[in-house]
Amino acid sequence: MTESIKANNLAGTAAASSDPRLAGTTMAIEDVTLRYGEANGVLALDDVSLKVARNEFCVIVGPSGCGKSSLLYLAAGLNDATSGSIRVDGREVIEPGPDRGMVFQSYTLFPWLTVRANIEYGPKRKGLPAEQRKQIVDQYLNEVGLAPFADHYPAQLSGGMKQRVAIARALANDPAVLLMDEPFGALDSQTRGTMQKLLLRVWERQQKTVLFVTHDIDEALVLGDRVLVMTARPGKIKAEIKVDISRPRSMDVILEPDFIALKRRILGLLHDEIDEDH
Amino acid sequence: MAQRRTAWTRLTTPFANIPASTATTLALAIWVIVIGGWALLSYGRVVPNMFLPTPGTVLETTYRMSLDGSLFYHTLTSAKVVLLGFVVSSLIAVPLGLWMGTYRAVQAPLEPLVNFIRYLPVTSFVPLFILWIGIGIEQRIAVIFFGTFFQQLVMISDCARSVSRDLVNASYTLGTKRSEAVWHVIFPAALPSILDTLRVTMGWAWTYLVVAELVAASSGLGYISLKAMRGFQVDVIFMAIAAIGLLGLITDTAFRIIRARVAPWAP
Repeated sequence: MTESIKANNLAGTAAASSDPRLAGTTMAIEDVTLRYGEANGVLALDDVSLKVARNEFCVIVGPSGCGKSSLLYLAAGLNDATSGSIRVDGREVIEPGPDRGMVFQSYTLFPWLTVRANIEYGPKRKGLPAEQRKQIVDQYLNEVGLAPFADHYPAQLSGGMKQRVAIARALANDPAVLLMDEPFGALDSQTRGTMQKLLLRVWERQQKTVLFVTHDIDEALVLGDRVLVMTARPGKIKAEIKVDISRPRSMDVILEPDFIALKRRILGLLHDEIDEDH
Repeated sequence: MAQRRTAWTRLTTPFANIPASTATTLALAIWVIVIGGWALLSYGRVVPNMFLPTPGTVLETTYRMSLDGSLFYHTLTSAKVVLLGFVVSSLIAVPLGLWMGTYRAVQAPLEPLVNFIRYLPVTSFVPLFILWIGIGIEQRIAVIFFGTFFQQLVMISDCARSVSRDLVNASYTLGTKRSEAVWHVIFPAALPSILDTLRVTMGWAWTYLVVAELVAASSGLGYISLKAMRGFQVDVIFMAIAAIGLLGLITDTAFRIIRARVAPWAP
């Protein structure tokens, strides 16, 4: 990361974060409720509160339809909560912005732009000079190992490569928080493992605040510092689990007793939910 | 050892590719059949030559009218009418269609109106255009415009509307402002399908040519066909039809080339 971008971002946020409670907190979600339709519509999220600390890798795990993706869209500012507030670096989220980068489950690379131009898109919107843009793009191309594919179009890439570019594109904007909505959900299990390893490596080097959503418990535990277990109808955070597994983690971590114990706990929490339902 | 697929299996497999040479042979074969059938019917006097000229007569007429420059002159007039009508129509329909597909506030008032006009026969407006615009080239251009514009508008608006929401959302999270999304995301994303729409509607513009030249024209391919009908010069009508078809084929190919150049990333 170039120093000047970092400095710029800090200058923009320092004045706004006057609330001392949020010291060390990048993202604070407070009492967020989301109801679709009118007052008696479906309650997608019920009074959800959570905080993500600076440089923390926070994972929300839950069954499909529990509202975890909806929560991420709210955090990105792509949708409005019925009530409650979301703050990033002390500033209330009211619309989407480059301070909250997002990687989607569906492939969202701009098909008319090459890999290089896709990564350059954000820095270009910011109005950074060409020289600095090139430096940033080259850095992230190397970071995700796609330098040889810089001039390819997205249609020429595999699914895993597309998501690597999507991660690079989001990071090139140097967001305060990186939101990831089941980014590896559409990939085969081998590619998913490779991607998790790559993401961990990038995250450890870049020092980023990440809020990651998945339904895959293994994925949640391999990646996260902390796992929030979410349950459905209405979407609620049921438990918070600290993952005290040392880093850097290898993919073999899933065979360790500590890991298996945590996995059993989460499975139990999610099964309770299913049993209550039926 | 698996048995290799026979050529016949490949030809009859849905969506399967066939060798380029086979495709070319098949493409040529259809012309051989069409022209051969025509030759058989005309030279064999199955249909009297007064109604169906022989390929030879049509070629002779084409040669004669090429020599005295009249074929070129009439073709040029027609091409001018069609291209002007089409370009004016496209210049308005592309931006307006993009807006219509992007903003519900533009779509809501325009769509019912456009869908009403779209189904009106162009011919019924010819008398009105003559009254309003007169009988110059503008009247003919107006006919082409009227026949193309409203169809283009609806189709281009659909192109814009079918752009993936997540693509637009992703652009917002990268710093795109709402006002920039049309230009930076929706337009480039819809460009290949917009170019396809232009190619298809270009064909429609050509089909309105004879309608445009029906009244008060003194030159053009449609005009000489109508004049030839009065003099029973079926060979001239055939030539004019062939010329229109050929021009259509050329513009169609031009659009394919443009699309491949402008949007090389799109399949």
